[in-house]
Amino acid sequence: MQTVIVIGNGMVGYKFCEKFVAQSKNKDFKIIVFGEEPRPAYDRVHLSEFFENQDAKALEMAPSEWYAENNIDLVVGERVSDIHRNTKTIITAKNRVFNYDYLVLATGSSAFVPPIKGVEKEGVFVYRTIEDLEGMLAYAAKLKAENSNAKAAVLGGGLLGLEAGKAVMDMGLEPHIVEFAPKLMPRQLDSRSSQVLQLKLESIGLNIHLSKATNQILGDEGCITGMEFGEDDVLDVDMLVVSAGIRPRDELGKTCGLEMGVRGGIVVDNKMQTSDKAIFAIGEVALYNQMIYGLVAPGYDMAEVAVNQIIGNEEKIMPDDIDMSTKLKLIGVDVASFGEPFMPASKGHSIIFENKTQYLYKRINVSLDGKTLLGGILVGDASDYSMLHQIYLNGMKIPEDPSQLILPASDGGAAFGDVMDLPDEAQVCSCESVTKGQICGIIESGEAKDLADVVSCTKAGTGCGGCKPMVADLTNATLKSLGIEVKDSICEHFDYNRQDLYKIVQVKGYKTFNEVLDNHGNGGHGCELCKPLIASLMATINADTANKEYAIQDSNDRYLANIQRNGTYSVVPRVPGGEITPDKLIALGQIAKKYDLYTKVTGGVRIDLFGATLNQLPLIWKELISHGFESGHAYGKSLRTVKTCVGSTWCRYGMDESVSFGIELENRYRGIRAPHKIKGGVSGCIRECAEARGKDFGLIAVDGGWNLYLGGNGGANPRHAELFAEQIDNETVIKYIDRYLMLYMRTAKPLQRTAAWQERLEGGLDYLKEVIIDDKLGIVEDLENEMQTLVNKFECEWTQAVNDPEVMKRFNHFVNSDDEDDNIVFVPMRDQKMPEPWSN
Amino acid sequence: MMSLLLSKYKTVKEEEVKVWFKAASVNAFPKDGGACVKYKDLQIAVFNFSRLNKWFACQNLSPEKEEMVLSRGMIGDSNGIPKVACPLHKKTFSLKTGENLNGHLNAIATYPVKIEEENVYIGFSE
Ligand code: SRM
Ligand SMILES: Cc1cc2nc3c(=O)[nH]c(=O)nc-3n(C[C@H](O)[C@H](O)[C@H](O)COP(=O)(O)OP(=O)(O)OC[C@H]3O[C@@H](n4cnc5c(N)ncnc54)[C@H](O)[C@@H]3O)c2cc1C
Ligand code: SF4
Ligand code: FES
Repeated sequence: MQTVIVIGNGMVGYKFCEKFVAQSKNKDFKIIVFGEEPRPAYDRVHLSEFFENQDAKALEMAPSEWYAENNIDLVVGERVSDIHRNTKTIITAKNRVFNYDYLVLATGSSAFVPPIKGVEKEGVFVYRTIEDLEGMLAYAAKLKAENSNAKAAVLGGGLLGLEAGKAVMDMGLEPHIVEFAPKLMPRQLDSRSSQVLQLKLESIGLNIHLSKATNQILGDEGCITGMEFGEDDVLDVDMLVVSAGIRPRDELGKTCGLEMGVRGGIVVDNKMQTSDKAIFAIGEVALYNQMIYGLVAPGYDMAEVAVNQIIGNEEKIMPDDIDMSTKLKLIGVDVASFGEPFMPASKGHSIIFENKTQYLYKRINVSLDGKTLLGGILVGDASDYSMLHQIYLNGMKIPEDPSQLILPASDGGAAFGDVMDLPDEAQVCSCESVTKGQICGIIESGEAKDLADVVSCTKAGTGCGGCKPMVADLTNATLKSLGIEVKDSICEHFDYNRQDLYKIVQVKGYKTFNEVLDNHGNGGHGCELCKPLIASLMATINADTANKEYAIQDSNDRYLANIQRNGTYSVVPRVPGGEITPDKLIALGQIAKKYDLYTKVTGGVRIDLFGATLNQLPLIWKELISHGFESGHAYGKSLRTVKTCVGSTWCRYGMDESVSFGIELENRYRGIRAPHKIKGGVSGCIRECAEARGKDFGLIAVDGGWNLYLGGNGGANPRHAELFAEQIDNETVIKYIDRYLMLYMRTAKPLQRTAAWQERLEGGLDYLKEVIIDDKLGIVEDLENEMQTLVNKFECEWTQAVNDPEVMKRFNHFVNSDDEDDNIVFVPMRDQKMPEPWSN
Repeated sequence: MMSLLLSKYKTVKEEEVKVWFKAASVNAFPKDGGACVKYKDLQIAVFNFSRLNKWFACQNLSPEKEEMVLSRGMIGDSNGIPKVACPLHKKTFSLKTGENLNGHLNAIATYPVKIEEENVYIGFSE
């Protein structure tokens, strides 16, 4: 039994373990891994996603149990402080000593902080670890609490710096990028593309300062307040993120006397061996070909080589040429560069397409004979990146007129062949080294039946994620070539998608789920996907409420309330536009008090009463209804709220009565059921206090009428609604929203919000305008009539329920007893109560 | 380790039945849906799978978070196996064997059901 010690549990150190286990089955080896960070390896490439959900677990490369299950001793939170090569031992900061037969250094790198006067001040951060991000979030929150206009700068306009810039912008700080070079991303972009990128970034709100050398960080009481570039050249900032490059963490190599690069890094050969044959170095600490490769894909290749060398496959070595192509993510603009982005005219020709009005720049470099692609740059639209990158990597033939590769295709078809033309050896996922042949192979052999299988069998797409679209295309094309239809049918019980079923139910006039299933299903009995879907279609087509056929309703609809953690429910009465009288507020308070309900104002500006048992629901609603409330449909895929600001009724800036109009719209669309929930917003002026542009439909009062915005969304993928029509009157607004919502209800996929639907709509916003405003399809009258029928037939389903003794029976917890559920436990919380926390 | 609450629920096979407990009339249960029955200190979810013309019973307790909610779940089938989906996180369980069909949770306990003179009876071993 030999011992392999891995120092560093980052992305590459983890990948070494994964590959080692897979290839050696870990029989004759014992692996011990040391990581200095407090948690097991996580996906640093997607670090910025931590800002969205602050869920460190979601970034984990593998859970800590994985290491134990595979016979690996993982020690986190313990730094290795010394290597004694003569005794083949290492010593940790806790003074523990371990013996090794092989040592693998995967200590990565740290952010380089230039020695500028004042960088030690509070509010200066680097961008490398989860702890760095937590620090930034806490600091930004503190800043914003003191000053809503707080500013943050990023030092460095490279790949990482721009990502950090977007991150501080998303934190609500005014973002500034400070770059020493005269252009952004100097290592990947030429000056023209860099300018296009700059224009685009400025248009989304990033402030960019080029050719700036920072002399000094200014501050008082130890906190940063500004950056000084020269005399009288100062930028006031409250926070700074330094992203000025990386430095390999090679200190262990230095102290134990391994051969080092002149400017750092531990020298390795093409076997990943250092000057000591028992010691390997991989990832960002390794200096290979005089280079530190700051990307994961080469690091993963190095891990593969080291594994093979240690288990005895000596022929596996690192290639000479390493692909440094990159696609930038997350900054709201596509940027990619591959192969040789800059090329002297002596080596080939460049073809350049530039359109600054659309922030587009594409450049490809082709060989002098015009036959091969040598590299290129894409800014603004990198959708062709995967294909161009493949053509470059595989030396594939290019069209006689290479400009076709980047010019917008006139006939809509792509100039180059499809993914299936790639050679089998084409490396589709460079992070995980997965070839086209492997992907097609596991589908052909039947091992993988869909995209999810392909991803879990090959891990393709789990690294930087850049290859995902191509993996999906390849999967679909292979399935198709095998005669397997790639369906978007709703579930195993129907071969139709939602749009097909909509037509079927409408034309045949079905009234029950069983009619649809028996006539158009696959012979099964339905499930939790198709039942609520068909319930929703019937509601849209026949104006049914959820009380009809309640056993096919989603469980929240079945009980007309939202189920909570402990099986109790919440009660949300409608408060149209958020306007509520003191009497109604008092009634809500009294009812909440009587039934001991936890009370909170929701993010949809109304009041939620939590903790009602099933038996209590109808009692509570009877009282609410007697005070003039009705269902708020918080449980349905239906209209939720139309959020309003106070508007010209009170506000000194108001241009129109946003509350009155919001109430009118909320009452108009209440109760209608849709593929997903619908929200609206109405703001009285461009200050936009109702956040209308974050809603499915949003209105902003301007001089001369309303501006109508469509397809906005909060949630996990926020999207601003797009401006659809300007300065229109109330009547036109309603006409357009009627048509828009009805079109959405007819054609969207199940559980697709308007934002996702609109984004994927062929022809986009222009098409929507043609259909809704110009009536290109001749359907607007139908759409309006259908909507008007729904509006006319509205009935409050809670009023229906409390007046029908049959329906009321549904709310008994037991059919054979009036007892309530005795398993529910509440615990006190502040001055109210909450369900007992889950134990697992 | 199994919690005390979960350990109260054990599958009963038809031949082990000692008590046929009369729960309620068949009309108390929705077609192709379920409702909850109280027996001693147990909560049993009973489903009227009318499309199959069959009845099923299982514990009302979802094994994932140990809440009494399965009777409120939607029923249906997956490749012919009759199942119920928990309303909290849509974990699905076979109504025949109790097996978790879309995850690795422990199986839920199932109980025999019989219908006599329009009444629903659930079989217990004690
Ligand atoms: C209660 C409330 C949180 C609060 O205490 O404030 C809430 C609670 C829930 N939200 Fe929400 N959301 C609430 C406002 C929002 C908002 C803010 C808003 O409406 O302005 C958003 C972002 C805006 C948007 O929708 O675009 C929001 C975006 C979501 C999403 C993401 C939707 C998306 O398109 O990505 C989900 C998940 C989903 O629907 O699939 C969600 C899902 C949920 C669910 C249904 C989760 C669940 O399945 O249990 C929660 C229901 C609990 C309940 O019993 O009411 N909630 N949720 C808010 C109720 C508003 C109301 O009066 O009806
Ligand atoms: C925000 C961000 C975005 C990025 N985006 C991309 C991208 O889009 N594409 C791309 O290819 N790359 C990207 N990268 C770079 C990529 O993350 C790195 O190339 C990769 O993480 C390198 O892996 P590594 O294992 O060599 O180093 P690391 O991931 O840094 O891991 C080294 C680990 O070793 C630990 N360690 C160091 N010394 C010791 C010691 N003495 N004892 C114990 N433990 C020690 C460190 O604490 C660290 O956890 C990004 C990086 C960042 C920060
Ligand atoms: S209320 Fe919304 S954001 Fe909050 S936990 Fe529930 S789903 Fe998540
Ligand atoms: S509690 Fe039932 S699936 Fe989560």
